[in-house]
Amino acid sequence: MKILVCITNVPDTTAKISFTDNDTKLNKNGVQFIIGPYDDYALARGVEIKEQNGGSLTVLHVGEADAEPQIRKALAIGADDAIRVNADPQDSYFVAAQIAHIASQNSYDLILMGRESIDYNSGVVHGLVGEMLGIPSYSPVMKLDLEGNNATITREIDGGKEVLKAHLPLVLGCQEPIAEWKIPNMRGIMTARTKPLNVVEPVSVDDMTVPQTYKLPAPKGACKMIPASEAETLIKLLQTEAKVL
Amino acid sequence: MSILIYVELDNGSIKKTSLEAVAYGAKVASQTGGQAVVLALGKADNAELEKAGQYGAVKVLHAADAKLDHENSLAYADALVQAATQEGSKIIILSKSGLGDAMAARAAAKLKAGIVSGVTALPETDGGFKVTRAIFTGKAFATTEIKSDIKVLVIRKNAIEIDEAALSSANATVEAFQPALRESDFTASVVSVDKADSELSLAEAGIIVSGGRGMKGPEHWQPLIDLARALGAATGCSKPVSDLDWRPHHEHIGQTGIKVAPNLYIACGISGAIQHLAGVNGSKCIVVINKDPEAPFFKAADYGIVGDVFEILPKLTEAAKSLK
Repeated sequence: MKILVCITNVPDTTAKISFTDNDTKLNKNGVQFIIGPYDDYALARGVEIKEQNGGSLTVLHVGEADAEPQIRKALAIGADDAIRVNADPQDSYFVAAQIAHIASQNSYDLILMGRESIDYNSGVVHGLVGEMLGIPSYSPVMKLDLEGNNATITREIDGGKEVLKAHLPLVLGCQEPIAEWKIPNMRGIMTARTKPLNVVEPVSVDDMTVPQTYKLPAPKGACKMIPASEAETLIKLLQTEAKVL
Repeated sequence: MSILIYVELDNGSIKKTSLEAVAYGAKVASQTGGQAVVLALGKADNAELEKAGQYGAVKVLHAADAKLDHENSLAYADALVQAATQEGSKIIILSKSGLGDAMAARAAAKLKAGIVSGVTALPETDGGFKVTRAIFTGKAFATTEIKSDIKVLVIRKNAIEIDEAALSSANATVEAFQPALRESDFTASVVSVDKADSELSLAEAGIIVSGGRGMKGPEHWQPLIDLARALGAATGCSKPVSDLDWRPHHEHIGQTGIKVAPNLYIACGISGAIQHLAGVNGSKCIVVINKDPEAPFFKAADYGIVGDVFEILPKLTEAAKSLK
């Protein structure tokens, strides 16, 4: 079993977001970066599958060198080796093209990643990679069981879930409760230091989309407080003032 | 040039979010001097599909092949590409959902098209094609120029305002469409589908009443459900509530759950952790009911009531009932 887990390097969920350089860049000052929470689920399930079935697990990140602490953390959690495609990606298409390029040279059985990155929230990289490789992609996957080359996948759909049986190779976008997040142990942290982290240059991709500027939402007006004793007046306000009923 | 809009069907009806996509597509068509063409896959009546005309579509391509009755993002993406090629569409629009993103991604890879997901407003078409989308789960917005010849947009709910009173009476022409289906798109087998049919879907709901740990336990949910019924609302919950199994996982709203954008979001006994706010910040109006006046959620709310949810909810339900 050859497994590839793709991770993003993203601001922590509680990070305060702001922009610099005339609103053209994210202000990374004082922002804590983490492995994308959904990617962390994918990694945890990948490690479990590797432990049960044997094989190898490679972790892949498309991004700059400042992500290396997060890549090392993934190695400490249980990946065998890592690849970093050295680039500052501008969009999902670029990231997907890099992943597909690496994957096309390595014939992985399973390519796992989070359902979406929590910075740009596109949720399209797994679909792009699947199509670029000509293999099926499914997301968001909440449960994954393998028997030989057959996968049983539980996927969230609008208002419920669906169970599918599909054949490897597959690209899957993962979310909870596919596995419990893993915390690296001391031995993992020590061995991660010497595991290979290969840095490769990106393949060239045409500019599909180019980000121009960023902005923050307009500040919210004050909250109108209604005394609990007059709670029922809220409904009237929602109808006549807010006009949402 | 035509704009192609994919509409999702739910039991043969076009989903509300997809009707928004049609209206959005029709506006883009008028901006760029094209016409709006709709693609529908799976079982639906002509009378239902013609409705797309009221939202500005000229024509609906309908592939009624029974193999497409069950949602299959691989085959659907193939059909979308074939429809785009047949119509010469340079702009393809879908509404944001798991299916929408999956189809959009696979179609974009096939067509070598730039893809932007989470679009919140109409594009700017003077000097390049620029769209604004929500990023950091709604904590910020990015304006992006799409450079590719073919463009795929996945739009968020409320990306366009629809005035139901001002809809046209025009019907769209429904045309049969027969995409070439590939065997390789049907290799997976569906074992089971577990869907609560009667429930209003959170993604589609105009009003959501949501509960947090302040509801004290699953056995205390009835007052919240009563208010939801009186308002015709869907019910949601915070992450701790779904983690505790008080409510099903598909009701979990937040950064790692479902992101919603209703007209009205009523939060009962939810303190408003940043991860929860990230899932609701697309809402037009937020009401927070909490016994703790310091709950951070009040800072993000339009209306607030400090007090006991179990006293307040029945009062609201009564007032909501007398509204009708």
